[in-house]
Amino acid sequence: MISFDRVTVTYPGAVVPALADVTLDIEEGHFALAIGATGSGKSTLLRCVNGLVPHFSGGRLSGTVSVDGRSTEKYRPRDLADAVGYVGQDCDATFVADTVEDELAYAMENLGVDAATMRRRVEDVLDTLNLHALRQRAITTLSGGQRQRVAIGAAFTAAPRSLVLDEPTSSLDPVSAEEVLASLARLVHDQGTTILVAEHRLERIAQFADVVVALGASGGTVRTGAPAQIFATADLAPPVVRLARMAGWFPVPLSVRDARRRAPELRHRLEGHPQPVPAVSPGDRVAGVKGLSAAYGPIPALSDVTLAFHEGEVVALMGRNGAGKSTLLHHLVGLRRPQRGSVEVLGHAPAALSAPEAIRLVGLVPQDPGALLCAQSVGAECRDGDREAGLAEGTTGALLESLVAGVSEDSHPKDLSEGQRLALALAVVLAPEPPLLLLDEPTRGLDYGAKERLSGQLRQLAARGRCVVVATHDVELVAEVADRVIVLADGEVITDGPTRSVVCHSAGLASQVARILAPAEWLTVEEITRALAGRTPGNEVAR
Amino acid sequence: MLRARQQPLHPIAWWSWAGSLAIAASRTTNLLLLGLILAVVAWVVTTSRGSSPWARSFGALLRLGLFVVVIRLLIQVLFGDRVPGDTWFVLPSVPLPHWAAGVTIGGAVTAQAVIGALCQGAQIAVILACFGAANSLASSFRLLRCVPAGLYEVAVAVTVAISFTPQVVLSIARVRDARRLRGRATTGLRGWRGLAVPVLDGALERSVALAASMDARGFGRRPTSPRRRRLTAGATLGGLVGLGTGLFEVLDSGSASGVGLAVIVFGGALVIGGMAASSHGSRSRYRPDRWLGAEWAVLGAGLVAVAGVVAAGGSDPSALTQPLYPLALPAVPISALAGVLLAALPSVIAPTSALGRARLQEAVA
Repeated sequence: MISFDRVTVTYPGAVVPALADVTLDIEEGHFALAIGATGSGKSTLLRCVNGLVPHFSGGRLSGTVSVDGRSTEKYRPRDLADAVGYVGQDCDATFVADTVEDELAYAMENLGVDAATMRRRVEDVLDTLNLHALRQRAITTLSGGQRQRVAIGAAFTAAPRSLVLDEPTSSLDPVSAEEVLASLARLVHDQGTTILVAEHRLERIAQFADVVVALGASGGTVRTGAPAQIFATADLAPPVVRLARMAGWFPVPLSVRDARRRAPELRHRLEGHPQPVPAVSPGDRVAGVKGLSAAYGPIPALSDVTLAFHEGEVVALMGRNGAGKSTLLHHLVGLRRPQRGSVEVLGHAPAALSAPEAIRLVGLVPQDPGALLCAQSVGAECRDGDREAGLAEGTTGALLESLVAGVSEDSHPKDLSEGQRLALALAVVLAPEPPLLLLDEPTRGLDYGAKERLSGQLRQLAARGRCVVVATHDVELVAEVADRVIVLADGEVITDGPTRSVVCHSAGLASQVARILAPAEWLTVEEITRALAGRTPGNEVAR
Repeated sequence: MLRARQQPLHPIAWWSWAGSLAIAASRTTNLLLLGLILAVVAWVVTTSRGSSPWARSFGALLRLGLFVVVIRLLIQVLFGDRVPGDTWFVLPSVPLPHWAAGVTIGGAVTAQAVIGALCQGAQIAVILACFGAANSLASSFRLLRCVPAGLYEVAVAVTVAISFTPQVVLSIARVRDARRLRGRATTGLRGWRGLAVPVLDGALERSVALAASMDARGFGRRPTSPRRRRLTAGATLGGLVGLGTGLFEVLDSGSASGVGLAVIVFGGALVIGGMAASSHGSRSRYRPDRWLGAEWAVLGAGLVAVAGVVAAGGSDPSALTQPLYPLALPAVPISALAGVLLAALPSVIAPTSALGRARLQEAVA
């Protein structure tokens, strides 16, 4: 259905091709999953399918890409609209109409589909994607998961036989992500649609895939094969696969359900091995909120929240899209003044401080770390950071080097990979040594390697006495890094407790390992590896 | 009279109804009449608006109207023309050099000056309220969906521009937050200077993403030749401009002048021609808004208001203005009041809000 024949793509001004000599063939009705480290060319691969590369992006494409028998050489993206639907990375920027129904019909209007067919297909899509209750709603009033489903529907109403999606679940909470994936699975099963998805977070999606396309670093080698075969050796693998490799299960299970069948044996082996206990007990209080309430117009965002944060702990803030996580962080960093209640960081009200004073007390890395960066080069960004925080020249640069080695001083912040850009923003925020560090959804767009490095860095910061608060949907990150989990729902604190008990006893927030080994309370593959090797961090401390 | 179908009224019906009331308001400074128009508009909006976010625009424009009235009064009191009449109080006046003739600061403030300014301010506020009502009842997005196929590209550009503004506001807020997080100034000239580049940068990125998404969904895929498209778009747009100018000419002078009528006829012909030529395009329309009896009724209700006001003005022009010399209560022009009251009819014809339905059921029971 989708075939690449010796395709090489070089963007204008680039020396290295973004894709080099890619040949692959995705059969009709297959669910194909493209995996690869950041910067490996996944987005380029996807944009080639409907001709956005090179018709829209510029650059040179050699070889042939064809979809449904039509070559992108002869057909422009608009001429392929009825053959392939494309859903881009940031779906909010792609809406044309104001209401759900009109957005769904937009592609068909362009194709000149007759009125009766249009109505039938809109109804079909409303049912398939479970959107019928929202048909008249304005898109701006929808939640993230609902908007993502509208974007998929808008690409799908033109009845394309293939659908291409770029990270459709990366910004969604676990339940919304599940909804979107279930919708995609339904399109494959019921309508025989061919689907190609690029995704970093493989935990949920791996089990749906019929084919995996693994891209090597920087557009190099591409391997295509059955999921079990590719994941048996791939560097990028979800926890369930890594657990299977460690336990020696073959063929590699891809879903929690498959893995649970093998779990009793592992649980048995783990009997008598104690779970690691938190190595350090939290220190002095760094920050706190008391009776905090906030609202956006008539909509309450936080209601009567009271929390304390301590030295040396990593706190995960979880909850649905729109539960009030970002609002809480904005209050802690002083971007918003409390309407009711109080916020203090080491005895100061952050909103009352001047900006240069505030950054010494508390730093926030926002959802889009690029927003913090506005200099023309990495070097200039670091020097600006030093000057504004009144630090010795080179402080920020050295910090960046310690976080991620080998970032060129001259490269533009926009040209960095997601992981490098996050590290740069982190360096800029950390340079004035704030005792409280906040991160909003830091793992969006990070591959497993970059995520592991981030976890390590956050643990180190906590070990050195900082307090780190991470707002995230990523349960695997929470399992790996957090000491304590706070769950918010509709602006209220629902749960506040140690990670192990919160994560293992929640249906929505459990990590894959926790699900597989329940009722035993294990969180990550690393922890099990260490336990079986007979050394747990808890034991070391006890000795 | 009740409408059984789910689909809301045709946007053009609402916009022409609101436009008619705005025209009626533009022809009078009679506070009684202006007050009644405002009441009618507010009543229809509360009973008939939907639950979409833009349904709140009526309130926003009402507040803007209030602001206009206050500003108009302040300007009149502080800098306005010294209108002769019954002096209320005297402000200390500042003598100005002779080249600033016509501008005064301070001086005697008369009842006539204040009431005259109040009436003018109220007139603008009511016209703004009418515009707000149109937006609340049928968003400008829905109005734009009705443009003839020949103007489709123009309409898409306008739609995108309308939805773009709130995004820019959000993006400015984001960049300001980011500056504060870096410990930089967020207010004053330096704060604003640092905003422009990142905001424009973000806007550009979003535009490119939107263009890619539109392209991927077949936008601009038309077999008609670009030349023919330009020709039909030009004819339709030119015709609409002609139609507008002609209407303005006729309304402004208050009588149907020959030139105005000729321009209207010519403009109308161009629009119809352009629409006919462009309807051969390959686009289709999802659930086009239908024009049925209810739409005619709403349109008619608006026209009745205009007719009532025009008739009242024809029989006694002074009935439509606030009497200033001597100061008196405004006249009660029966035909105008009746016309405006009839314009409240749409609240019965098209009640879509839950509140409207509840009220209607009460009234029936």
